[in-house]
Amino acid sequence: MSLVSAENLTKIYNVGEIEIEALKSVSFNVQSASFVSFVGPSGSGKTTLLNLIGCLDKPTSGSLKVADVDTSALTRKEAAVFRGKNLGFIFQDFNLIPVLSVYENVEYPLLIVHNSPAEERKKRITSLLETVGMTDQRDKYPDQISGGQKQRVAIARALVTNPRLVLADEPTANLDSKTALMVIDIMRKMKEEFGVTFIFSTHDQRVVNEVEAVYTLQDGILVEDAVREGGTNA
Amino acid sequence: MLKLFKIGIRNLLRYKRRTLLTSSLIAVGVMFVLVFAATSGSFKYIMIGQITDSMLGHLQVHKRGYVASIDSLPLTLNLSAKQEEKVEKTIKEITEIEAFSPRIKFGGMFSNFMETTNIRVNGVYPDKDIATVPLLPSRIKQGEKTIKKGKILIPELLANGLKVKVGDTVVVIATNRDGSVNGKQFVVGGIIESVTGPGGRDGYMHIVDAMEVLRMEEMEISEVAVRLKDFGKLNAVNDKMDKLLSKELNKQGKPIFDVRTWERLSPFYNVARMIDIMTFFIKIMLIAIVLISIMNVMIMAVFERVREIGTIAALGTIPEKILSLFLIEGFSLGISGAAAGNILAIIIVFVMNVVKITFNFGRQTGMVLSPSLKVDDMIFISAIAIIASVIAALQPALKASRMEPVEALRHV
Ligand SMILES: Nc1ncnc2c1ncn2[C@@H]1O[C@H](COP(=O)(O)OP(=O)(O)OP(=O)(O)O)[C@@H](O)[C@H]1O
Ligand SMILES: [Mg+2]
Repeated sequence: MSLVSAENLTKIYNVGEIEIEALKSVSFNVQSASFVSFVGPSGSGKTTLLNLIGCLDKPTSGSLKVADVDTSALTRKEAAVFRGKNLGFIFQDFNLIPVLSVYENVEYPLLIVHNSPAEERKKRITSLLETVGMTDQRDKYPDQISGGQKQRVAIARALVTNPRLVLADEPTANLDSKTALMVIDIMRKMKEEFGVTFIFSTHDQRVVNEVEAVYTLQDGILVEDAVREGGTNA
Repeated sequence: MLKLFKIGIRNLLRYKRRTLLTSSLIAVGVMFVLVFAATSGSFKYIMIGQITDSMLGHLQVHKRGYVASIDSLPLTLNLSAKQEEKVEKTIKEITEIEAFSPRIKFGGMFSNFMETTNIRVNGVYPDKDIATVPLLPSRIKQGEKTIKKGKILIPELLANGLKVKVGDTVVVIATNRDGSVNGKQFVVGGIIESVTGPGGRDGYMHIVDAMEVLRMEEMEISEVAVRLKDFGKLNAVNDKMDKLLSKELNKQGKPIFDVRTWERLSPFYNVARMIDIMTFFIKIMLIAIVLISIMNVMIMAVFERVREIGTIAALGTIPEKILSLFLIEGFSLGISGAAAGNILAIIIVFVMNVVKITFNFGRQTGMVLSPSLKVDDMIFISAIAIIASVIAALQPALKASRMEPVEALRHV
């Protein structure tokens, strides 16, 4: 069953008089529990696409279903609730909340978005911090840890709510090779352990080598895809 | 909610200097308003006390029309004995009244046999008047602290002007109601200090002596001064009395009596009003300070944290929570400023009471200002500051909650 299915997805940005067609009639499916990546040169529409899938933005035309929900019909609040429930995000710049400690950053979605009970939160956070190897840094603040560590915290935060889909826009762009591979490795472990779907965007070959399916974007058009397993062509 | 507070407060602490500056501004504003209210309130109550307790009483009853021509102290507008009896009967029905004093007032000539000047005479029952205006004896600067038959208390102004001393014999001459003139000799029993207001020429004598000077066969009363047990019930008692007395109509069907509080008898009421108006404007200024300073920091806070807002929105934080997060920051700034302001005000008022600031008012010198903070004021002014803080944070908070997550995340 497709977790994400896009059909003729088009996104046009209006900048003053100029129209920029960032995505041109893109169609694809992503199956549950897959590990896929969109690749392509800068400006090819990767971020635009991930924002649409992530329910952060709305397509100009075409249809997009995420977890069987037509996300383009959601109001801002409904979209927020949908994201909180179904999605996890990993950002290129980590985007940890600076006033919260490592532990509290991971706790944030459970505490503020999900209102989970304390006992459950503690169990979940402790085990995730263990998995990403950040247990001994749990009381540090984001400005006290390295980029790779931040991204590991961000992975834990993205997964803490048990989302069906995690979106990661260039998650390794700000990391060195070794750290990048370690982060990818952690994500793959998560996928295997919890069956979470990961969708990346990247132009990092190291990442491309690790994923199961690769979709290549060029000027907003899906040009080819190298399906290894899990992903299917639409 | 509590967890949002934790985040809000940490965000405030992130910019310590700015937070400190803003809440100190609010604190100083709150403190200033409270100290001003306490001081001006003290000043006002000392003044009102001086005026009501040394001369006017809390309220007065006259014949209707008397107050309009009070400057000439018209004898034709006195209350008849029967009417005065009605007033007394009414007063006795009202339990909130502590004391009352019927007075005969008239204007006359005062002579030391060499020079003559004019005088305003208050004929009173000494006991009743002292019970009604308890500061009266304290105004008697020389001589006995009471009013005996055959004696007159003369104002300082006349004592100095005509060089009259206690024990001297003087004459008071007055035109009676029918137009004839009568005089009577008095011994100066004491010299009385005037209160501010139209009291510079007020002398006192026994009410029976006044009747004699005016050749009254039956007692006619110019005014009845009334003192209440609780000054706070002024308006309530005034209304009650007015209601009871306004039923009495004259032949033309118009009410006979005129009941008024000190406020409508003394020009100082306008000063008291001015103080209230000033306090009001100072409160408005406080609100303006709070609004501007909070709005300023909150706009900055939202602007600096656009990406963070995008992040928490992406993580699924609903707009209402983002709104609350920023409102909480404004609220916390307001509450900490208000709390600090209250503490500062308490300290300053305490110091003022220890130092004992004195001031002069009219001829009264060395009155001690004893400001006291009213809990009502403290709660009210803190509430103003806190509410203004939340209102000021509302616009920036709304802006934050309405941000599109994509745009917020793209922000650098
Ligand atoms: N908010 C926007 N307004 C206008 N144009 C935009 C906006 N966002 C993206 N674009 C344009 O849309 C096109 C696709 O941009 P997008 O950010 O999706 O590319 P990308 O593949 O993520 O690039 P990069 O690898 O540099 O991150 C580009 O031409 C870009 O200039
Ligand atoms: Mg991009």
